[in-house]
Amino acid sequence: MALATLDRLEAEAIHIIREVAAECAAPVMLYSIGKDSSVMLHLAQKAFAPAQPPFPLLHVDTTWKFRDMYALRDRAVAASGMQLIVHRNPEAVARGINPFDHGPLHTDMWKTEGLKQALGAGGFDAAFGGARRDEEKSRAKERILSVRSAAHGWDPRRQRPELWNCYNARLSPGESLRVFPLSNWTELDVWTYIQRENIAVVPLYFAAPRPTVVRDGVILMVDDDRFRLADGEQVETRTVRFRTLGCYPLSGALESDATTLDAIIAEMRASRSSERQGRAIDHDSAGSMERKKREGYF
Amino acid sequence: MTDLLRFITCGSVDDGKSTLIGRLLHDLGQLADDQLDALDSDSRAHGTRGAERDFALLFDGLTAEREQGITIDVAYRFFSSDKRAFIVADCPGHEQYTRNMVTGASTADLAVILLDATRGVLTQTRRHAFLCHLLGIRRFILAVTKMDLAGFAQDEFDRHVADFTAFAATLGLGEVTAIPVSGVGGDNVARRSAAMPWYAGPTLAEQLDTVTVDSATGGPLLLPVQGAIRPDRSFRGVTGLIAGGSLAPGDAVRILPGDVRTTVAQVLIGAAPVDAATAGQSVILTFADEVDCTRGDVIVAANDPPAVADQFEATLVWMDSDALLPGRGYWLKLGTQSVSATVQPPKYRIDVNSLDQLAARTLELNEIGVAEVYTDRPIVFTPYADNRTLGGFILIDKLTNATVAAGMIHFALRRSSNLHWQALDISREAHARIKGQRPRILWFTGLSGAGKSTIANLVEKKLHALGRHTFLLDGDNIRHGLNRDLGFTEADRIENIRRIGEVARLMADAGLIVLTAFISPFRAERELVRGLCAPGEFVEIHIDTPLAEAEARDPKGLYAKARAGELANFTGIDSPYEAPDAPELRIDTSAMSAEQAAQAIVDFIERG
Repeated sequence: MALATLDRLEAEAIHIIREVAAECAAPVMLYSIGKDSSVMLHLAQKAFAPAQPPFPLLHVDTTWKFRDMYALRDRAVAASGMQLIVHRNPEAVARGINPFDHGPLHTDMWKTEGLKQALGAGGFDAAFGGARRDEEKSRAKERILSVRSAAHGWDPRRQRPELWNCYNARLSPGESLRVFPLSNWTELDVWTYIQRENIAVVPLYFAAPRPTVVRDGVILMVDDDRFRLADGEQVETRTVRFRTLGCYPLSGALESDATTLDAIIAEMRASRSSERQGRAIDHDSAGSMERKKREGYF
Repeated sequence: MTDLLRFITCGSVDDGKSTLIGRLLHDLGQLADDQLDALDSDSRAHGTRGAERDFALLFDGLTAEREQGITIDVAYRFFSSDKRAFIVADCPGHEQYTRNMVTGASTADLAVILLDATRGVLTQTRRHAFLCHLLGIRRFILAVTKMDLAGFAQDEFDRHVADFTAFAATLGLGEVTAIPVSGVGGDNVARRSAAMPWYAGPTLAEQLDTVTVDSATGGPLLLPVQGAIRPDRSFRGVTGLIAGGSLAPGDAVRILPGDVRTTVAQVLIGAAPVDAATAGQSVILTFADEVDCTRGDVIVAANDPPAVADQFEATLVWMDSDALLPGRGYWLKLGTQSVSATVQPPKYRIDVNSLDQLAARTLELNEIGVAEVYTDRPIVFTPYADNRTLGGFILIDKLTNATVAAGMIHFALRRSSNLHWQALDISREAHARIKGQRPRILWFTGLSGAGKSTIANLVEKKLHALGRHTFLLDGDNIRHGLNRDLGFTEADRIENIRRIGEVARLMADAGLIVLTAFISPFRAERELVRGLCAPGEFVEIHIDTPLAEAEARDPKGLYAKARAGELANFTGIDSPYEAPDAPELRIDTSAMSAEQAAQAIVDFIERG
């Protein structure tokens, strides 16, 4: 009998994590607190049970995540017993970079530059990330082990051929790897796996009454008093949930009554929109994700 | 529980591959509204179908692809029906992207080959069918596209299918289901075509839903070991993805290549013990005995072990712009085994268009050939036809770390198991003991004129004075005798160093301290010799002299000749010198005299 989809995907992801842990000198797992990160952390624990995964977790913090996310991060890390490194780009801290005043610079400074600083400071040669190929067109073309130059750039024309499940993790000085164990998962796979394995996720994925503002057609949640209201804007309570989570002023909510995993999965099956529709940073311009990746974005 | 089918789509440029898959996803309701909106706006900006929706733009996501209207790399797409989940590797049609197609085919269970009804069987159709077959795909769908442009005519379809079937028979291709489709109109894609009432077979979507694919679960157990897990003294496990067969507690197994026999105590997935596990699952195992089992070992069924050998024949797909260098050492990775390997000159290469076997001295980018491969120690493998994981390998360039080739093993060479080392009564240890010294190979490397021979000569004199048994192999002298058949091309230089390495090792076996003074410009070959030696025996000494300084000395007048164009392939001028990364000793000749350098080397040796 053929293995079920989730079993095959789980086995593949565990295989990838173990290969990189065996062949790289200093791997690290990016932990961004979203559902994909939660699944990836769970897989890492399964890969090395009953031992600890032989690498630390890294959170490249923008200081603008939802409060619920920080709370889950601390709970999940404590439960895992793994080491967590939190990095905040000191220059972005000093300059007070924020999503209200600084547009794309916010993502560039906190996430792209912050990640490069953190990888350099830790001497890490491989970083696991929870990105999936179904998220975005340039992701669909990226290898599972993606070689980045000393400047962390991605060159889509110079990718290594990647055959079978035989991965080449060898690097030249200065190069590093981005590793995507969830490459072949879809959003629905992630949710059905969370349900099957009973994995804790941020409560924001479930519908609840929340303080919101509608701006440019996007429902934003007012998560703390740093949110700046424009003239005429009113904070209203709406029953919403999030399909993806990032910095709270950049994450669009959707109106929903889905308060359980069953309801989330049913809603997603019926949905007529893609996962990243609510993510403001993906819509800067055509090819923007590819450009960000060339510059070192995850 | 749904199962997962991985397939590849291939076909010639402009045969409507992206259009067909875009149509399939659309008609199965798998495209979101915002994706369709983006597609419509892209179609207006970049499309080739006027105001109409251009499904091709769904997939080509890279900027260069959009600009040039071509597919550069494999794109992976995901969709599902009520019965199955699918992963599609959408592969480029251009010949120069053969390696990307091979990448996509390596993980596929089935191939959809597109054939343009207005053009029939093309060279590309044959190439792609051949490559899919080579990579071990056994199930095919022949989608005859653009039937709308061929008047939906049955005789056109039948003619193309007959042509393809005749070709498929020569390849020994597996099961082929032919379907007449139109991507633009959606005919026989996800819904039956009213325009082709003569066709009674399945639609593309139906065939994908119902085709049965051989799983890899059959056959004997094959489990390449990824690593060991030892959280504390109470638990000792090994990890791996089962590549073939199945496994349960109580099973008798062997651990290769050491051939240790034991019994499986526990099979776990995560922390949970399971009754059995099968091919495709990532497991953790514990054994009944305290056995040695580490990364690179393969756990196999006790009664049905695969080959353990250091020589085999394989088909190679060359994937790098630097051609294959027969004799050069490459890293070979097969499953979780990593070894050093050399490739013999190819027996032939295959013209992927005609499938003819042609004479070849090397393999260039995107060429496919058959050659013997030698590894520096025995590895565990099966023929590729029996198991993709234990029969497929990659070659990695030792300098650039690029993946330069994919290989598929045919069989072990018989001499690999019949040629044994002659057991000698006087061992190398005995030879060394009677001389009262530790045998070494002092490998001097550096530019011409760096001072290698001068310093090596002084070192030998000093060692001789200390009562050591030594011998100095000099580059010029060797080229007058043992290696007089070799020139100065890259391939000949590699062979030159290989022979010297073998001779030096034989002398070290005899108990001698061997000194060699050769430019030995390539890191890969020096590493090859290091790999021949016992740990600590190979001492790499970089005589580090700047090019300008060596050229100024020019003791043999060779730089002057090279600069005048009278001497080709001269190291440092028109041929590269790759300095050692981490030599045991680096001698900076601008900071010390030859005498001081020789003393430093002798001190290093005498310390142990």
